[in-house]
Amino acid sequence: MKMRKIAAMGLSAVMATSMVPVLPVMADDAAGKVYYLNFKPEQDEAWQNLAAKYTEETGVPVTVVTAASGQYETTLQSEMAKSDAPTLFQVNGPVGLKNWKDYCYDLSGSDIYSQLTSDAYTVKDGDAVDGIAYVIESYGLIVNKTLLEKAGYTVDDIKSFDDLKKVADDIQARKDELGVKGAFTSAGMDGSSDWRFKTHLANLPIYYEYQADGIDDTDAIKGTYLDNYKNVFDLYITDSTCDGAELSAKTADDSRNEFINGDAVFYQNGSWEYGELSKTYSDDELAMIPIYFGVDDENEGLATGTENFWCVNKEASEEDIQATLDFMNWCVTSEDGTKAMSEDMGFTIPFKTAQESTNVFVKQDAEYTAAGLTPVSWNFTTMPSEEWKNGLGTALTLYAAGSGSWDDVVSAFVDNWATEKALSE
Amino acid sequence: MADKKKSIIPTIILSIISIIWIYPIVMILFNSLKVESAITTSGVFQLPTAETWNGIHNFITSVTQMDFLKSFWYSLVISVMSVILILLCCSMCAWYIVRVNGLLSKVLYYLCVFSMVVPFQMVMFTLAKTADTLCLNNPYTICIVYLGFGAGLAVFMFTGFVKGSPLEIEEAAMIDGCSPLQVYFKILIPILKPTIISTAILELMWVWNDYLLPTLVLDIKNYKTIPMAIQYFRGSYGHVQMGPMMACIMIDIIPIVIVYLVCQKYIIEGVVAGAVKG
Amino acid sequence: MVGKSLKKWWPVFVLPTLAAFIIGFLWPFIWGIYLSFCKFTTVKDVVWVGLSNYKKIFIGGDFSHAFWLTVVFAFVSSILINVLAFAIALALTKGYKGTNVFRTVFFMPNLIGGIVLGYIWQTLLNGLLSMWGQPLLKLSATNGFIGMIVLLLWQQIGYMMIIYVAGLNNVSPDLIEAAQIDGATARQILFKIKIPMIMPSVTICTFLTLTNGFKMFDQNLSLTGGDPGKQSQLLALNIYDTFYGRSGPAWKGIGQAKAVVFFVLVVVIALIQLRATSSKEVQA
Repeated sequence: MKMRKIAAMGLSAVMATSMVPVLPVMADDAAGKVYYLNFKPEQDEAWQNLAAKYTEETGVPVTVVTAASGQYETTLQSEMAKSDAPTLFQVNGPVGLKNWKDYCYDLSGSDIYSQLTSDAYTVKDGDAVDGIAYVIESYGLIVNKTLLEKAGYTVDDIKSFDDLKKVADDIQARKDELGVKGAFTSAGMDGSSDWRFKTHLANLPIYYEYQADGIDDTDAIKGTYLDNYKNVFDLYITDSTCDGAELSAKTADDSRNEFINGDAVFYQNGSWEYGELSKTYSDDELAMIPIYFGVDDENEGLATGTENFWCVNKEASEEDIQATLDFMNWCVTSEDGTKAMSEDMGFTIPFKTAQESTNVFVKQDAEYTAAGLTPVSWNFTTMPSEEWKNGLGTALTLYAAGSGSWDDVVSAFVDNWATEKALSE
Repeated sequence: MADKKKSIIPTIILSIISIIWIYPIVMILFNSLKVESAITTSGVFQLPTAETWNGIHNFITSVTQMDFLKSFWYSLVISVMSVILILLCCSMCAWYIVRVNGLLSKVLYYLCVFSMVVPFQMVMFTLAKTADTLCLNNPYTICIVYLGFGAGLAVFMFTGFVKGSPLEIEEAAMIDGCSPLQVYFKILIPILKPTIISTAILELMWVWNDYLLPTLVLDIKNYKTIPMAIQYFRGSYGHVQMGPMMACIMIDIIPIVIVYLVCQKYIIEGVVAGAVKG
Repeated sequence: MVGKSLKKWWPVFVLPTLAAFIIGFLWPFIWGIYLSFCKFTTVKDVVWVGLSNYKKIFIGGDFSHAFWLTVVFAFVSSILINVLAFAIALALTKGYKGTNVFRTVFFMPNLIGGIVLGYIWQTLLNGLLSMWGQPLLKLSATNGFIGMIVLLLWQQIGYMMIIYVAGLNNVSPDLIEAAQIDGATARQILFKIKIPMIMPSVTICTFLTLTNGFKMFDQNLSLTGGDPGKQSQLLALNIYDTFYGRSGPAWKGIGQAKAVVFFVLVVVIALIQLRATSSKEVQA
């Protein structure tokens, strides 16, 4: 009886200890380690490979985790609360930085900062360099050259908004003869697609207003160029593959598939689409032209900028910070790193040692700049809030469907700007 | 004869409803066999044609590209280990609560009932932090978190059944010199078998499908469960890999459907038993 | 006798569950209540702020919107699920051909997880809406709301139906026969005998559907994600969004405070329900 009792107590002890999990030995690796929380799901695989290569070369463990789309902020929040927090993360610009500046390590003395081609590719908090851009992207109108030529035009025929309207109207009028459904792919207003208009297209009136006033942010937008915004958007929804009322039921995938299936000639999107489009089209069939806005068409280039800034977690241990800085520097300077970033990820990186990209849109951006055109900068990082963008998106959707007026769009643009800016202060 | 005639119309109506009922799953199956560009928002109702047929390509992509087998394995490990642990520990605990009259039993019982109504959002942050500190953040230890958070329902169900089981057999066994452990394994478990199966099924459904708890608690650097992996078919800039995503959904559903068809009787009994007691 | 010898064995029988219960529930719960009175981003920088989080809950109005939406959602879905599930259960207890097959089919969606369900219905409903030229789920709060109801109906009718079938099968055939002999119509049998006899099932199903409606999270996240704006956000998602979606030190405490309010709400409903059930049991 006694034996049995002892055995039972032993068993209970085993069960109890099994409840207290073994704490892993915190390997205090002097070399430190890197934990990168990546934003772009498309590049996940490339990052994993690059990280493995780095580990192989240096022995420093690099973990790359990619947040699911639309959940970067939530993932970052929950990961930052853990004991093993990310050492490298990203913010999308000054507005995003506001929330994380307490966690940002000052990069002003780092090697990677000295490699940057321009100081414009940083986000700062006072003098501290909190974030460094690691990718530059461009957007404009992607053109199916084959279809354009079939219609009797070339890319060189389009040099201004008026040219664009003339060509698009002509294609739209002859769409059955040309075998297309419309000049432009559907301007889908679903959440997967509406940012192309409420954010990217809306950047142009902001850009030109800032240019005219010589500023880079404002508390009250005037909306000087909203008529041009209307003209372009009208063109998108009239010379379209579908009726304006249907736009609220179109997604980004619908729009892309229309372009891939040859149903439309023009498609407003960015250099990041190259990977998908190049599966169907050869480089010769694709081109990207500026979104001519009717303000300064002669000098307008592609809209080029970034909303991806790397930040290093200040709270991480010293070794980990150093390891992270080394890793970042290796990515943008070493042969393997730059090659992976340009070829596997399709990025253009703003560093001196960057390799030439194979992305045809990126090459074109360089050509336009070389030809003296001014790239349109990304000013939508100064938009007051997500709320503002959503308000504009709703107004545009209603306008496209014919149930709302353009005045509502103007009001959502101008009045909401002031309200939202005041709120965020 | 009259009865038979009468029953034809309802049968037809029910058949139509049944077809509508399984249509969403059939639709996903068809789409998972189509090429990517054919899965447009309004084109989801079209059957795959020779032109849009993609065979099992999407399935291969989703399995290889997303490390789906790994997620499947983690989901399986987490579910099986958690359920076994919950069944063993909670039935023991329930037996103790019913047979021993004491403060501990009372407090424990009411805490368990209480824990059943608490929404997960109430503890999500602190639970994630606690699990992180105690290293309960991998598929092999997370079952302890599930035991803790799922104990309420299981203890509640088991106590209900232990109360109804005859005390005399247990007493007789004890008089014969059996230790409580022997009584538990030799007498109580066979008596509780139907309840164990019912509880197992209810808990299994919960753990297998759970999303928020593993998302917050698991060490996402190394582990993903299926509900987490499915989210990764959406890219930034609004691109969704519809084909592989549909395939992934199918791979998630198929084992559930098979298990369901095999153990249908137990599952339905489990639901009824759970409802009557719960 | 059993109790006495068992009592000494508590380390074996109770300790594992108790330990896990403290780790997995009790400690996080108490800590969570404490944190709802604090301002914090991680556990390292907790500052006591008293009731200020609770005062800030209604900033921006998204919480009250989510609150009322959840209440309406829970009641509408609960009523629809119960009525439809009961109707199907009635049909399935009539002994028509193929009853078992129908039961199998109706129950199946219940086994699919919320995230996957959301994606399935997003594809299906967006397809329908797109065909009809209506705004997609994420663009119209009304469509999103209806979408969530349809999804929940599909998922839960089968489950509740099973419970009703079991309840109806327990109604003694003698009773019905006796009523028929007394000349009761089918309608009278339904309302005077069947429904009163299965009241326990009705209470259970109402309780389950109501709490499920209140706690719904996964389906909400994957079907609409709360879009447009936060118009289709239910309480659970609103709390999650406040907690993890908004950065800045203030929001975590507010999110935790919202969670406490949510918890109290669910407990109150459970208590009312419990009282209703026990008073019914006394009558029976």
